[in-house]
Amino acid sequence: MLRFITCGSVDDGKSTLIGRLLYETRSLHADQLATLEADSKRIGTQAGGLDFALLVDGLAAEREQAITIDVAYRYFATPKRSFIVADTPGHEQYTRNMVTGATTADAAVLLVDAQLGLSTQTLRHSCLMAIVGIRRVVVAVNKMDRVGWSRDAFAQIEAQFRVFAQPLGFTDIACVPLSALHGDNVASRSRATPWHEGPTLLAWLETVAVDTDRVSLPFRLPVQWVNRPDDAFRGFAGTIATGVVRVGDALCAWPSGAQARVARIVTQGGDLDVAVAGQAVTVTFANEIDVSRGDLLAGSASQPAVADQAEATLVWMHEAPMLPGRAYLARIGTRTVTCTVTHLKHRLDVTTFGQLAARTLELNDIGVCTLAFGEPVAFDPYAENRETGAFVLIDRITSDTVGAGTLHFALRRSQNVHWQFLDVDQRQRAAQKAQRPRVLWFTGLSGAGKSTIANLVERKLHAMGRHTYLLDGDNVRHGLNRDLGFRDADRVENIRRVAEVARLMTDAGLIVLVSFISPFRSERRMARELFPDGEFVEVFVDTALAEAEQRDTKGLYAKARRGELTNFTGIDSPYEAPENPELRIDTASMSAEDAADLVIAHLGEGGGTA
Amino acid sequence: MPALPRLTHLDRLEAESIHILREVFAECARPVLLYSIGKDSSVLLHLALKACFPARLPLPLLHIDTTWKFREMIGFRDATARRLGAQLIVHTNEEGLRRGIDPFSHGSSVYTDVMKTQALRQALDAQGFDAAIGGARRDEEKSRAKERIFSLRSAQHRWDPKRQRPELWDLYNLRHGKGESLRVFPLSNWTELDVWQYIEREGIAVVPLYFAALRPVVERDGQLIMVDDGRLPLAAGERPQQRRVRFRTLGCYPLTAAIESNAASVPEIVREMQAATQSERHGRLIDHEEAASMERKKREGYF
Repeated sequence: MLRFITCGSVDDGKSTLIGRLLYETRSLHADQLATLEADSKRIGTQAGGLDFALLVDGLAAEREQAITIDVAYRYFATPKRSFIVADTPGHEQYTRNMVTGATTADAAVLLVDAQLGLSTQTLRHSCLMAIVGIRRVVVAVNKMDRVGWSRDAFAQIEAQFRVFAQPLGFTDIACVPLSALHGDNVASRSRATPWHEGPTLLAWLETVAVDTDRVSLPFRLPVQWVNRPDDAFRGFAGTIATGVVRVGDALCAWPSGAQARVARIVTQGGDLDVAVAGQAVTVTFANEIDVSRGDLLAGSASQPAVADQAEATLVWMHEAPMLPGRAYLARIGTRTVTCTVTHLKHRLDVTTFGQLAARTLELNDIGVCTLAFGEPVAFDPYAENRETGAFVLIDRITSDTVGAGTLHFALRRSQNVHWQFLDVDQRQRAAQKAQRPRVLWFTGLSGAGKSTIANLVERKLHAMGRHTYLLDGDNVRHGLNRDLGFRDADRVENIRRVAEVARLMTDAGLIVLVSFISPFRSERRMARELFPDGEFVEVFVDTALAEAEQRDTKGLYAKARRGELTNFTGIDSPYEAPENPELRIDTASMSAEDAADLVIAHLGEGGGTA
Repeated sequence: MPALPRLTHLDRLEAESIHILREVFAECARPVLLYSIGKDSSVLLHLALKACFPARLPLPLLHIDTTWKFREMIGFRDATARRLGAQLIVHTNEEGLRRGIDPFSHGSSVYTDVMKTQALRQALDAQGFDAAIGGARRDEEKSRAKERIFSLRSAQHRWDPKRQRPELWDLYNLRHGKGESLRVFPLSNWTELDVWQYIEREGIAVVPLYFAALRPVVERDGQLIMVDDGRLPLAAGERPQQRRVRFRTLGCYPLTAAIESNAASVPEIVREMQAATQSERHGRLIDHEEAASMERKKREGYF
């Protein structure tokens, strides 16, 4: 079986080529051909002749727009091989779809229009394939009939491509002069190119080496599912990513590193003595160790990287931009962990492989960054193992898949910076103050009344003998966060810093009041998770936008409406209201005094005495 | 040292499907296997048993019964569930039944909507299933070529092309919000021929309607419709004839056309397939009603 991807620019004739391959390999049935003939007459672009592109342009929307807008999978077979084709579009949204299709491909067909030669798109597609680790490429130089089957034109394109591709690490490059429309050199050799000594496109696809290296790599099995039908059986089910496993092998379960010997390799068809990459199996161990979904089983002789920080290439796949500092979920193998982009080193220019300065990644951008995981993760560098070095990023609120990438290496810093053990801890510091440390997190629109209420609460707590500190959004922006603006990426970092400061202060035993707009659910959730249960109290100061704008104590809404202020929450930047705050204060029906009393009542007797 | 096993095309497809099923076992709170009794469902069930071995099937089977299935299918369904000791849920849209919705007087599109699409939604909602595993394949129809393996549906069971997630490597994203659910297609990358070759290799039992036999049929618009019971209205002068036919696909008998064939065993079917000149869904009358009909149905929640 060969899985391959086709890529090319909008008018290079990619759909036509795939339709032609289906036709030539007799993968089309009589009724499909009849539909094709009828469609070709009705909406075809080949003057009534068969328009093969119509075979593969599936969704109604793209039929109307005459472009392909997603990844489609096609299937055909010859007596020698079965094929799965990922057909990806050539227009603007190419990166997301192409990367998606390329991740499961062993080889790529790169279309080039003979009349136009190598285009910027060709170069981009080549770079993307290199990033995803595709090593085998055939350049299909299409529309050769339009250049009179010129041997020179073909030779020039081939020479240019080979020079360009040199740094990209392709191990196998072939070039084929063809016409998808007329079928020359697709499945059978063309009489128009007696000078072409290489294979036809189909012959290349039938014979290109499929990656057999997976079996020769170190053993890796990401545990998918713990199968425990009764007390007597405890099996670890998963698909072998790479390598070989035999009964009796010593394996380690990472990240813990616990070791055990394989007792059985179980399948429904009977136990196996040996199993290889690609097989879905269930292993049991001779001695009991703690293993769960997400662990990576590895041969004891070849340890994967285990780290809570790594450098990675990240492809952004969502309309909402990537925000450094925001907590996402990363899926690596079968493990899902929280993950933050702590540092975006640069963005890649995928036409030249050059580096560009960047603060965020937009849809289809590719960057190199540092990832910090919520807990240690086992992986291999993608360049060494495509199966265990990849990840996707998931938004925690919407659950959308927002990014994907490849891991380069573990960052050792995570192993060299240790926690210093301190003799005096939070409990003792709090006991000395006779209080329960908390963070009171006031969120709401600008002008909602957060600072007014927080200020009152602090005054009252102070009068009750509590030890407090108020972190106010405006004030902190004059010092600690003076380098941050109001773009989304800055807002995320703004909250991250304040949450960390609040954590230090609660660790010092204080009751901390935080008065920040903090518009995004993601970051409030990130802040909440820094604290033990019950320590974080979210206070939603709920004031309607119209009311806040009408009060406009600082004159900011007026400015924003005049366009003098951009990224203003509520006007041109969203406010995501809390769904389950500990306290909600409706300022339309409650005075600031009453609100402050309500907050203090929530803290318990005396404002939270210990 | 024994030689290392070499995986065939079918081995790889099997392993991929088992991987997908185990993702569901591990991540979904309340999954269900949509069992439509056809050959794809039989393969799917076989794979699910492999994926969970040696445990028992960790999910129930759900059959949407329109009351117009071939009688042999129902018998096969019940026997299969009994043999495996599997939990079988059979759901019929009782409201549709009361309104007398049938494929003749209401047309196949209203009938399909009420008795299949709405019935499926009712059954999924009633039991709060968060993942429904089905046997659809991408090679069946053009608009399915872009279907994800894990397809997200809204709380109203709608399929929104814009919200479908990119699927990279084998790193699937099964997260879903409250009320949302997943449709899961472990056979996405299988072709019809793969399915038959696998049935042959594994000796999987299928409904005998797939094998050629003399059956009573009437010919309508070039399609052979089997007279499975007395409910099929016959036109004046229309007489069922005994023809040697079999089915490539099984659905509701008035909407599923037979093909003339002598293939009476799985190997004969595989041989016939390799020489086939008609695509599989050709016998599904509902697909022909309008262009891109599958995409429209899918948006409305048809499986």
